[in-house]
Amino acid sequence: MAASKTAAKQSEKKPGRLRRLLQSDQFQMQTLIWPGLILCFVFSYIPMYGILIAFKNYTIGSTMSSAPWVGLKFFQEFWHDPALAGVLRNTLALNGLALLFSFPAPILLALFINEIRNVRFKKVVQTISYLPHFLSWVIFGGIVIEMLMPTGVVSSVLCDLGILKEPVNFMAKGEYFYAIYTIISVIKSVGFGSILYVAAIAGIDQEMYEAAVVDGCGRFQKMWYITLPSITGTIVIMLIFQISSILNTGYEQIILLQNPLNLAFSETLDTYVYKIGIAQSRYSYGAAVGLLKSILSVALMLIANKTSKKLLNRGLF
Amino acid sequence: MTHSAKSSKLNHSTPFDWINCAVMLLLSFIMLYPLWYCAVGSFNEGADYLRGGVFLWPRKWTLANYNAVFLDKSILNAFGVTIAKCVVGTVTSLLCTSMVAYAITRPHLKLKKFYIPFIMLTMFFSGGLIPYFLLIVNLNLYDSFWVYIIPTMFSAYNMIIIQSFMRELPNELIESAKIDGANEYRIFFQMILPLSKPVLATIALFTIVNHWNSYFDSMMYTSSQGLQTIQLFLKKVITDPAMAKGLGSAAAVSIPEKAMTLTPQVVKLATMVITALPVICVYPFLQRYFVKGVTMGAVKG
Repeated sequence: MAASKTAAKQSEKKPGRLRRLLQSDQFQMQTLIWPGLILCFVFSYIPMYGILIAFKNYTIGSTMSSAPWVGLKFFQEFWHDPALAGVLRNTLALNGLALLFSFPAPILLALFINEIRNVRFKKVVQTISYLPHFLSWVIFGGIVIEMLMPTGVVSSVLCDLGILKEPVNFMAKGEYFYAIYTIISVIKSVGFGSILYVAAIAGIDQEMYEAAVVDGCGRFQKMWYITLPSITGTIVIMLIFQISSILNTGYEQIILLQNPLNLAFSETLDTYVYKIGIAQSRYSYGAAVGLLKSILSVALMLIANKTSKKLLNRGLF
Repeated sequence: MTHSAKSSKLNHSTPFDWINCAVMLLLSFIMLYPLWYCAVGSFNEGADYLRGGVFLWPRKWTLANYNAVFLDKSILNAFGVTIAKCVVGTVTSLLCTSMVAYAITRPHLKLKKFYIPFIMLTMFFSGGLIPYFLLIVNLNLYDSFWVYIIPTMFSAYNMIIIQSFMRELPNELIESAKIDGANEYRIFFQMILPLSKPVLATIALFTIVNHWNSYFDSMMYTSSQGLQTIQLFLKKVITDPAMAKGLGSAAAVSIPEKAMTLTPQVVKLATMVITALPVICVYPFLQRYFVKGVTMGAVKG
């Protein structure tokens, strides 16, 4: 028996080295991981190297190595760009409004969803509140644009109420853009954003509430003294993320709502990079503006993290 | 004891409860009404819709707008591209990402110490829009269907979620399969993948919805009409009046008696309803997966 076993082993080992390698566990594990690693390298690391074109004069037809170095030329050009002031103002204003409204809205919603006593009603409200998140910006934004037309429901209702004298095309008035954008963002993200906070609230020890009731706490006191402090950790982490993305406005939503009439209020750093980099093919200039934005974002995140560590003893890292 | 005290308190509603209820109802209305508005318009006759005032119920009921959508070749083509993108993109991405996740969970994988930071780093740093765009052009992926598939095939974020699930699977299973002579491929495809169904389903859902909803990739990396997704088609119709004008013209030619009342606006609304419908039908049933996905991501990320 033993002899036949060793014979079988030998016959297994007989096939050449290559065959053995192909059948080894190590080789098979490596083949499973390598496709992902290659994709990672190509689509994440090569673009990082590609940032160098911000310091070169890259034009169509030239290669990375053949394009001449120009140093900080494009950064200086951006500094003197007449569009700079407007773009920066819009980016900061839209994100400032997001910080003021879009950020606290899910927390508030979670607090009040938590107060609903009827379990079925609670489920329904939650389900409905997630819906806008799953609709694309094109659909949700498209419908809102339709509603804001002069023939749309908003003008009509406001006229009937006597607030407006005649129908208005809200999308054509740049000064309304900040408000429109902020309201749509809140509606679209508030429900989905609340999931995290509802989960955090569900994890709070119920005994604390019972003790608070014994001590004579009302509903709002419970919210203020128990619920909010208990989810501070989650809030702080989300806040740091929000601050680090203060220069991101995203492309999909802004480009969709943008039109020539509201451009003065809707052009942000992101859409500007898209416009000069892709639409006008000024690759190096676009890359320079993009790089500047990334550097500022990282700096903001570090500052926010440090501040929260100092004040609240909590941070991302 | 506390329980009974609580339940007696539950029985009478305070004014706060009523106000809270009312606010929630208002909120639900705000979220649902845009969809209702869109649906109502899509069932209304085009010329009549332009007069305005179609807010709660179609004034002149018609199905012609939907008819027009299904006669428009570029809309149908856009739907086809979008469905293909969703299916192929999700399957390949799940496969590639879970392969990496499995290998990462194996204790004897060599060079693991190097692989993990290599992957994690990509979650925090990127080259930005322009270098990425140039890469796509240089790889000859520009204006090819594969630009929808290959760049998003591996996701570091999803990999972390999948591997944290795989780690929880009992190790004895793998050991005993090993003793039975199964190699790594068999263990992965016939054992670990089927066992990971819950987490794969969650991630598949997010991936499908993302593919279905995005238009930016189509706008950035393709130029030919044959490759545009339905979202990009809609985006063009919404932002470009010239595009909108052509909408419904195919239908106007083939159903001349409807041509007088067919307008681009209502055809657009009908296309929006059709595009939103799959998501609306599916998400209430799957929302517990969505919820799980968010909290999973939060814990690990």
